[in-house]
Amino acid sequence: MAEVQIKPMTMNFGPQHPAAHGVLRMVMEMDGEVVRRVDPHIGLLHRGTEKLIEYKTYTQAIPYFDRLDYVSPMCQEHAFVLGVEKLLGLEVPLRGQYIRVLFDEITRILNHLLNIPAYAMDVGAVTPFLWVFEQRELLMEFYERVSGARLHAAYYRPGGVHQDLPAGLLEDIWDWSEQFPGIVDNMETLLTDNRIFKQRLVDVCPVSAEDAIAWGFTGPVLRASGVPWDLRKAQPYMVYDRMDFDIPVGKNGDCYDRYLVRVAEMRESLKIVRQCIKEMPGGPASSTDHKVTPPSRGEMKQSMESLIHHFKLYTEGFHVPAGETYTAVEAPKGEFGVYLVSDGTNKPHRCKIRAPGFPHLAAMDFLCKGYMLADSVAILGSLDIVFGEIDR
Amino acid sequence: MTDAYRELSDHISASLGDAVLRTEVALGELMVHVPAARLERALGFLRDDPKCLFKMLVDVCGVDYPERAARFDVVYNLLSLKHNTRARVKVAVGEDEAVPSAVGIYPAAAWFEREAYDLYGIFFEGNPDLRRILTDYGFEGHPFRKDFPLTGYVEVRYDEAQKRVVYEPVKLVQEFRSFDFLSPWEGMLQPRPVLPGDEKATESPAGKTN
Repeated sequence: MAEVQIKPMTMNFGPQHPAAHGVLRMVMEMDGEVVRRVDPHIGLLHRGTEKLIEYKTYTQAIPYFDRLDYVSPMCQEHAFVLGVEKLLGLEVPLRGQYIRVLFDEITRILNHLLNIPAYAMDVGAVTPFLWVFEQRELLMEFYERVSGARLHAAYYRPGGVHQDLPAGLLEDIWDWSEQFPGIVDNMETLLTDNRIFKQRLVDVCPVSAEDAIAWGFTGPVLRASGVPWDLRKAQPYMVYDRMDFDIPVGKNGDCYDRYLVRVAEMRESLKIVRQCIKEMPGGPASSTDHKVTPPSRGEMKQSMESLIHHFKLYTEGFHVPAGETYTAVEAPKGEFGVYLVSDGTNKPHRCKIRAPGFPHLAAMDFLCKGYMLADSVAILGSLDIVFGEIDR
Repeated sequence: MTDAYRELSDHISASLGDAVLRTEVALGELMVHVPAARLERALGFLRDDPKCLFKMLVDVCGVDYPERAARFDVVYNLLSLKHNTRARVKVAVGEDEAVPSAVGIYPAAAWFEREAYDLYGIFFEGNPDLRRILTDYGFEGHPFRKDFPLTGYVEVRYDEAQKRVVYEPVKLVQEFRSFDFLSPWEGMLQPRPVLPGDEKATESPAGKTN
């Protein structure tokens, strides 16, 4: 029989595809079932966050950060708040620092608890999703108790956090942390040695350390390639330098390693959560410089000056000295950075948001080339893509 | 950290010669100002020099300063995993000038440059795929420029009669309000309050005409 040359087919993946993790449209050039070229089209969720922030005072800008990567809200607030504090030269009291680290790590667990089972669902396992979501619910309850909101917390403020922890919260987080390792173990029995799961992930899309660095990968994706790089250790902020935890590192940089790194990270985060609760110091949770942080309700009813401070902070806001800074935190997905340019007024001149998922997705063509269509779903899931932060 | 950066900035300005305009260390961060024509040389050096080794391009973004002659700044944030240092390379560029693309040096630059092109209209010469990235298909204008209105020019909706998506000029139900909170009477203006009438104090009485 004569050999027939098949014309490469161009195919649309998404934007309404359950494995596209939101609104990703990928134009794929297929040679049979093999991917020859991928052209991700993004921007379907573009809201112009950075432009909106230029028209808002610094405090009003915080809620926008919750809405970027909506599964790890507090870590992103943290990057912005750290940048503002750097420009202001503002110190955060020790208790505030501990609270922030505590909630950063709760956020990390919250994020990985969504990514891992959603990823498992992409490659065919439904059960982990159902098992693990109860834990997310419990964690979001902790969010709600400190900030009043389950998702969009707006809890971190320049100078500290909005309010001190409510009574009894630390005990409840401790109780939760007692049972959580069992949940991770349960999830792992379903996935880690699962034959189907491994067949879909092991040796799919290994990335070398050099490639990962050149393409700007950060977070678990970089660490899975064997680079022990974590901003919490390398450039510690808040009280991370006092925390006792390890950086899990992968060996092959394939999809399976990225999964393993995330699971190991949850266990490390749990260590930090427990250490924070044990060491939680007393004192104020927020800076007492009322030119930046609002005074308490009680004070406002006693003192005219406090009332003026409150009024000024919630109308005009505070002025940030002119300058610029790039401040980054280790968000669950990688390095989340904020490049903040202040012109000395109460609104930022420019606030560029560096989303970790953006360079990951930019490398999609490089990663998927030569793999099967089904592998591209596995690769996409292993990058932990959330469109809120990529499209901004 | 600041001392280490000062040392590094001296090393960079000594080695790069005319490929660097000036360096500064502010807030514990290193900034390198580079002329657009020599950008590739500077980035290549910063990536490969054993004292720099900024192997990772973390971010590229544009910043708009409408009052300047060279209106835009293109800002490259670099990270060295080896030395645990960061650097920021800044290139000033006018509205009708192009910046050489960094794709040959950092593959990660491709999308960041597309984004800066899309939002600011900065051209990157040599970028193989300089298309719009974040805005809508067929979008006109560059939305992050300071002279682009926050509300934009067109709004989009699905038209039931025509059974398709239609674009219409923006109709605001309420006029767009941007409050000016730069009150001149309040001491919260940092770092130095400027009160109305202060400018007269610097004028010498003798210099006044009539």
